[in-house]
Amino acid sequence: MSTLDLTPRLTDPDTLFEALVEAHRGLAPDASRRLDAKLVLLLANHIGDGDVVQQAIAAAIGNPAATPAAPSDTA
Amino acid sequence: MQSTYVHPHYAHVPPTDDGARHKVVVVGGGLVGLTTALDLAHRGQQVVLLDDDETVSVGSRAISFAKRTLEIYARLGLGARLLGKGVTWNVGQVFFGDRSIFAFDLLAEPGHQYPAFVNLQQYYLEQWLVEACQATGLVDLRWRNRVVAVENRPDAVDLTIEVPGGSYRLTAEWVLACDGAHSFVRETLGLPFVGKVFRDRFLIADVLMKAGFPAERWFWFDPPFHRGGSVLLHRQADDVWRIEFQLGWDSDPEAERAPDRVCARVRAMLGPDVPFELEWLSIYTFRCRRLEKFRHGRILFLGDAAHQVSPFGARGGNSGVQDADNLAWKLLAVLRGDAPQTLLDTYDEERAAAADENILASTRSTDFITPKNEAARAYRDAVLELSEQHAFARPLVNSGRLSEPAVLRASRLNTPDAGSWTGGLPPGAPAADAPVVCDGREDWLLRHLTADGFTLLLFGTPDEAPAAALTAPAGRTRQGAWPVRSVFVSPVEGDGVLWDREGLAAARYDAQSGTAVLLRPDQHVAARWRSFDAVAVAAARRRALGITGDERQRIPA
Ligand SMILES: Cc1cc2nc3c(=O)[nH]c(=O)nc-3n(C[C@H](O)[C@H](O)[C@H](O)COP(=O)(O)OP(=O)(O)OC[C@H]3O[C@@H](n4cnc5c(N)ncnc54)[C@H](O)[C@@H]3O)c2cc1C
Repeated sequence: MSTLDLTPRLTDPDTLFEALVEAHRGLAPDASRRLDAKLVLLLANHIGDGDVVQQAIAAAIGNPAATPAAPSDTA
Repeated sequence: MQSTYVHPHYAHVPPTDDGARHKVVVVGGGLVGLTTALDLAHRGQQVVLLDDDETVSVGSRAISFAKRTLEIYARLGLGARLLGKGVTWNVGQVFFGDRSIFAFDLLAEPGHQYPAFVNLQQYYLEQWLVEACQATGLVDLRWRNRVVAVENRPDAVDLTIEVPGGSYRLTAEWVLACDGAHSFVRETLGLPFVGKVFRDRFLIADVLMKAGFPAERWFWFDPPFHRGGSVLLHRQADDVWRIEFQLGWDSDPEAERAPDRVCARVRAMLGPDVPFELEWLSIYTFRCRRLEKFRHGRILFLGDAAHQVSPFGARGGNSGVQDADNLAWKLLAVLRGDAPQTLLDTYDEERAAAADENILASTRSTDFITPKNEAARAYRDAVLELSEQHAFARPLVNSGRLSEPAVLRASRLNTPDAGSWTGGLPPGAPAADAPVVCDGREDWLLRHLTADGFTLLLFGTPDEAPAAALTAPAGRTRQGAWPVRSVFVSPVEGDGVLWDREGLAAARYDAQSGTAVLLRPDQHVAARWRSFDAVAVAAARRRALGITGDERQRIPA
């Protein structure tokens, strides 16, 4: 089983963050929610591994037991 | 309203056996009760069937019967009739807005006698089942017999039955409760029927029209003619079409039932120029729930009395027919002393697992069609929007995952695989059909399986067949009750073999020369081996009859 990678992997985190937020500009709450859902679905399919996505769900909910111990340097 | 079908009227005959004792009493003469009675009668068992009504199913109910169900009815002699009258279909199409987003073929491979589905109004099938039951001479069909009291004793069940002008009592060694979703038997025993109700309402209109739509299942999400809801269109026999409109939880069922309003909805869908007549209309709320146990001593629950699902996926009736198929031979083996009573617990284990599978599939479909909160709606709509452009999203669209037979993987009747397999049918799977040639004629594999015993499929050329299998088809098993009959499936033509000309049988069973597959009387795989071993076959047969070490003392087998 693959493990969700929780180490920093993005070369340009600020640009990515901005792009995510920008995509929602001017959207009503329901359209915004649908956009996020599409993003999740697109990325989940790209990952193509249900186990990894399940781990990501657990990590997003904040369930520490379901999240593999993160190396200390991610703090 | 209904003009294409006249309901038969079955006369009530006053009972003459007050206080009598019967071996098997089926309560409920609906789809599942009738199928159970017919299966038992086909196996030579006398049955009393009690039904509180005097005709067959009324109104808009089951229409789609799946391949496995058709194969079971073929065994019971109704296959050709279903194919003849029913509408065969394999393809489903999904629309979003005014566009078709994709189509799916439920029977993508050729070489099966029966299609993925046949659509036929439930009342036809029930009527034929009644006729077939009558023809056996073994089913005592009692109309307007309503069970009003049940006493479940350790060795028998006492029933009080209300009939016109009075009531009488019967004692049954075994009661098969097939009395539907509102099962009186279940309620009087105080058995909880737990699950969930979906907060939605559906209008079902059966419409008579000459329409040019193909015989396919069409499902719309948010079409222009019914904004915000889903619609299903399906063809039935006699030019009757089922149209199903999702109305939403806040709709007013009384107002929606008004024929003018229904006609306006249908006209908006079909356009102003398509003439149609309403055959039947009803409004439903759907549920998914089941009994915790399907066996309670000498009472066994089948069909909707045991489990209920939403219709998306056509899993209600189809799974009830599989309940009957699973139970009939087991009950008979127990009644005749060929198997221990604990064999009946495997009915509960196997079919409860199947019910869970059906409930899960039907719940997921219903949750997709009726999102239960804003987040669910956002994901649902995201899937639909993406699926227009991107193939990856299409498998996520869930308009009903259509009935597939259960693979009884965890059953204790299975002999676990030894040897190496790269697919095929694992123990617990229903037998796959395949085209074969028998004595120079085109034929089908499933037609050669034994119903009153076990079938051993032996793959390979006749001259490679193990001598033991040829001389003593049952290995060392007794040739009395539930014998093992060998069927030779050969890649070359020969006397007394099924010629697997296209190699499809071997492919579907992952068979090599020498492979042996043992099938139960209900056509599910009990065991498989890479080579024939008479002792192993005999042991697997005993295991599939629920005979464990202890019982071997009592039950010779
Ligand atoms: C709108 C709709 C669409 C459906 N579509 C499909 C489909 O396409 N495919 C599919 O497979 N399934 C479908 N189903 C489900 C299917 O109709 C049921 O699963 C099926 O009818 C169950 O059969 P049953 O014999 O268990 O119960 P029922 O058909 O309900 O029969 C129960 C019988 O018991 C009798 N009875 C009740 N109480 C007593 C009593 N106390 N004493 C004596 N008799 C009694 C009743 O009169 C009745 O005859 C659909 C259901 C609905 C509502």
